[in-house]
Amino acid sequence: MGHAYTPGLKVTEKIQVTKRRILPLKGDVLVKVGDKVKPDTVVARTLLPGNVEPFNVANVLGIPPEDIMFHMLRKEGERVKQGEIIAKSKSFFGLFSSECKSKAEGTVESISSVTGQVLIRGNPIPVEIKAYLDGEVVEVFEREGVAVSTWGSFIQGIFGIGGETHGEIKVVVKDNTEVLTDKLIDRDCKDKVIVGGSLVTADAIKKAVSVEAKGVVVGGFDDKDLRDFLGYDLGVAITGSEELGISLVVTEGFGQINMAEKTFSLLKSKEGKMACINGATQIRAGVIRPEVVIPYVGDMHKKEAKVDLENIGLTEGYPVRVIREPYFGHLGKVSALPPALQKLESESSARVLEVEFQDGTKAIIPRANVEMLEE
Amino acid sequence: MKGLKPEDIKIILATDCGSTTTKAILIEKKGGEFRLIVRGEAPTTVEAPFEDVTMGVLNAVGEVEELTGRKLLDEKGQIISPAKGNEGTDIYISTSSAGGGLQMMVAGVVRSMTAESAERAALGAGAIVMDVIASNDKRLPHQQIQRIRHLRPDMILLSGGIDGGTTTHVVEIAELISAADPKPRLGTGYKLPVIYAGNVVAREAIKETLGEKVDLDIVDNLRPVLERENLLPAREKIHDLFMEHVMAQAPGYRKLMTWTDAPIMPTPGAVGLIIKTIADQEGIEAVGVDIGGATTDIFSVFLGVFNRTVSANLGMSYSVSNVFAEAGLENVMRWVPFHMNERDLRNRVKNKMIRPTTIPQMMEELIFEQAIAKEALRLAFIQHKSFATALKGIQQQRTIADAFDQSAGGLTLVNMMTLNMLIGSGGVLSHAPRRQQAALMMIDSFLPEAITRLAVDSIFMMPQLGVLSAVHPKAATEVFDKDCLIHLGTCIAPVGESSARGGKEEKDILEYNFVMPDGKNVEGSIKSGEMRRIPLDLDEKTGIPLTCKASLNPHRGFDLGAGKGNKVETTIHGGVSGIILDGRGRPFILPTDPKVRVQKLKEWMLALDIYPKEALERL
Repeated sequence: MGHAYTPGLKVTEKIQVTKRRILPLKGDVLVKVGDKVKPDTVVARTLLPGNVEPFNVANVLGIPPEDIMFHMLRKEGERVKQGEIIAKSKSFFGLFSSECKSKAEGTVESISSVTGQVLIRGNPIPVEIKAYLDGEVVEVFEREGVAVSTWGSFIQGIFGIGGETHGEIKVVVKDNTEVLTDKLIDRDCKDKVIVGGSLVTADAIKKAVSVEAKGVVVGGFDDKDLRDFLGYDLGVAITGSEELGISLVVTEGFGQINMAEKTFSLLKSKEGKMACINGATQIRAGVIRPEVVIPYVGDMHKKEAKVDLENIGLTEGYPVRVIREPYFGHLGKVSALPPALQKLESESSARVLEVEFQDGTKAIIPRANVEMLEE
Repeated sequence: MKGLKPEDIKIILATDCGSTTTKAILIEKKGGEFRLIVRGEAPTTVEAPFEDVTMGVLNAVGEVEELTGRKLLDEKGQIISPAKGNEGTDIYISTSSAGGGLQMMVAGVVRSMTAESAERAALGAGAIVMDVIASNDKRLPHQQIQRIRHLRPDMILLSGGIDGGTTTHVVEIAELISAADPKPRLGTGYKLPVIYAGNVVAREAIKETLGEKVDLDIVDNLRPVLERENLLPAREKIHDLFMEHVMAQAPGYRKLMTWTDAPIMPTPGAVGLIIKTIADQEGIEAVGVDIGGATTDIFSVFLGVFNRTVSANLGMSYSVSNVFAEAGLENVMRWVPFHMNERDLRNRVKNKMIRPTTIPQMMEELIFEQAIAKEALRLAFIQHKSFATALKGIQQQRTIADAFDQSAGGLTLVNMMTLNMLIGSGGVLSHAPRRQQAALMMIDSFLPEAITRLAVDSIFMMPQLGVLSAVHPKAATEVFDKDCLIHLGTCIAPVGESSARGGKEEKDILEYNFVMPDGKNVEGSIKSGEMRRIPLDLDEKTGIPLTCKASLNPHRGFDLGAGKGNKVETTIHGGVSGIILDGRGRPFILPTDPKVRVQKLKEWMLALDIYPKEALERL
């Protein structure tokens, strides 16, 4: 029997989710192993070195750089305030004087007698890392951060925008095929994670922002609307830092595509529960996909029947999703895996598989154009 | 090479560790010449869970073993060397771009002078240049510091000032680097390597400013005088540091370095080396392009000067959406001979971006993907032309004849009229279902002028041959000539304004006569706006392109390299696509009327047998 492996997106009812919450620089960890945390709990904190403001004091005073040390009123390492005079010069027997004021508050980092340049290091910038999940601290990385773990439902999206957030799930569509329009969104959606069906319109996204919803999870999104919403055409799929007032998780792809039945039913069954979502996507080496985590509230150490499914690859009977035209978005099961290369309509030769769709029809698809529906 | 003389080397094993695939080739000397025997590949194993590049190397070599029956690995999994009978290899060499390749930041004083020379040195060494910092790059100093801090390069190349010139500006840049205190990308246990290749007089001040914070190396100034670049010392130092720091930090490379008989080279650096070697040896001007999923690399040798550019966000999968954004919908769609709905089209492009490994199943999708490739190549080549220039900032001696041509210097070196060979590689070119498709993609995007040979490196062997050319140039060039390239043929494109823009009367612009290898004459004429293909294949036995004597007579107003209207007698090389006569004129302008454009596109596609006739009629 033929064998192939095209990893798909995870959609699972119950799994242990562990996230590393690490500071950009070493700092203080504020929690310990076993502590219960909420998404907004600050787990670690540090101070980033302040921004550096360089300016050429020799030029301002009109002196040669090698003389700068004679005119500086502040030495390296000393603190200065914004607007404070840090260097002064006198000429024509003291008749004329010029002075140089600091452009920023901070510490004198260096004074150069080669260039006449003085660098002022601004005040340190505090950075805090939150827990993101509702769970428990399971590991502490000394001075670096922690690992937070929870049991919960886990849904991986294909593309998203916006960073980490959390809110109560609210399903506003009848089924996985319905388009999420602005008419379905009202004030009740404030602070909620809204679940839509096959597509979210541009107006609906704007409405969701205006009613201060936390996020939207939906099957498809039009690229044209994405461009209008972002204000620019997204060139490469590296997202997560947008500040649009909402996070979006697209589960299937661009265009109108029904959300996979399984994903929709899972979200529907969790209506009213808190979901932690992250739109960050990076499609390069070290892929990051957007996600929805719905934590279970309870004892995290309670033994669960953890089923470690061995990934046996693509085999007959395995559920798959077609991810390119002409059957884009269709779901079915692998019905045959012919081993030989086959010529496609485009005349390319590729390894293919036969898929039986839900309506019983069959089609030949390149293996590269399907993904496994993972548990 | 374990004391072996070049003449004793008979078996060569070479690998290229790419970011996704590790490719191994086995070369053997047979009947006095070196030939490729077999190629094997396996997934690269730099990232988790393996984190040891040598596993992928051994798997790829294992495939070579299976295919040839030659035992290359001993019981301990070590490469057997030297070769004895049907076992082992005489030398083993490798290139690498795994783990993101070599990522550098460069800095100089004037953006178009020393900073550009530094950029050229880094690109030529095979690096990805993350940013170029210069005193006049229009950013404020604190913005430059922020940027340096934010980037985490593998190393920095700092240059600035001519020898004996002022030191202030270059030291100022060093101060910014010092204030930013940049950290290396891989590993935290070592200081960031910084190469100083600027004004010799500033060396002491640079040492004082940077010496304690970074791992500073000083080499000869890369722009000792304005009129001359001296890039070699900086490039060599980059390669040394790549081995010592970057490679040594990547998982498994310490082990791999002990296996190889020559230093591991960054992949693009090796490709550049083979293209330069071939161009020098054959005395030709060449352009090579490698279009990947995320980036497009272009290499060129004109007037003996080698240049390389990397267009970081022009590619066919990860960056496909960016090609679309940069080129614009209209420019992509002008190559497509049928209508597509814009909303649907945009969604298709984005779906390719988020699922980059999918392939076109339908003919319509293939045509669309090849249209995007043409635009990616066109944009990358524009960037290359503006970078591959004569040195800027030089006082030029002018004669009265130049008085009306007042350019600021820095004219591009790229001359399509004198270009002899255009080599393409990368999935969309190498794996095009019909070879003519690769030829037309290159013709439409690069617009070669006069007589230009076209080829593709179908299995991307150039990296291995590049590193081999540093060790055994003869073996490298022999394999390059005979096994590396698939010769597509020759494009003959008279330069002159075509009248065929919207149904005007189409006149003859070129008369030709080819004396084919069997002695038969093929003669005729080509009209303005017409394309034609004349078969001239490869030799069945040797696989080397057949040649024919050609007499080419362009009409008044058209030039084939000997001046307008002047006859050219030459030898033309064939290939799998044969001779392609391109009468569309240069500059090439597509008809603006949509109906005429579609009709012309279909006409050209049929003439060159690019897509099946029934598909073009159906769509």
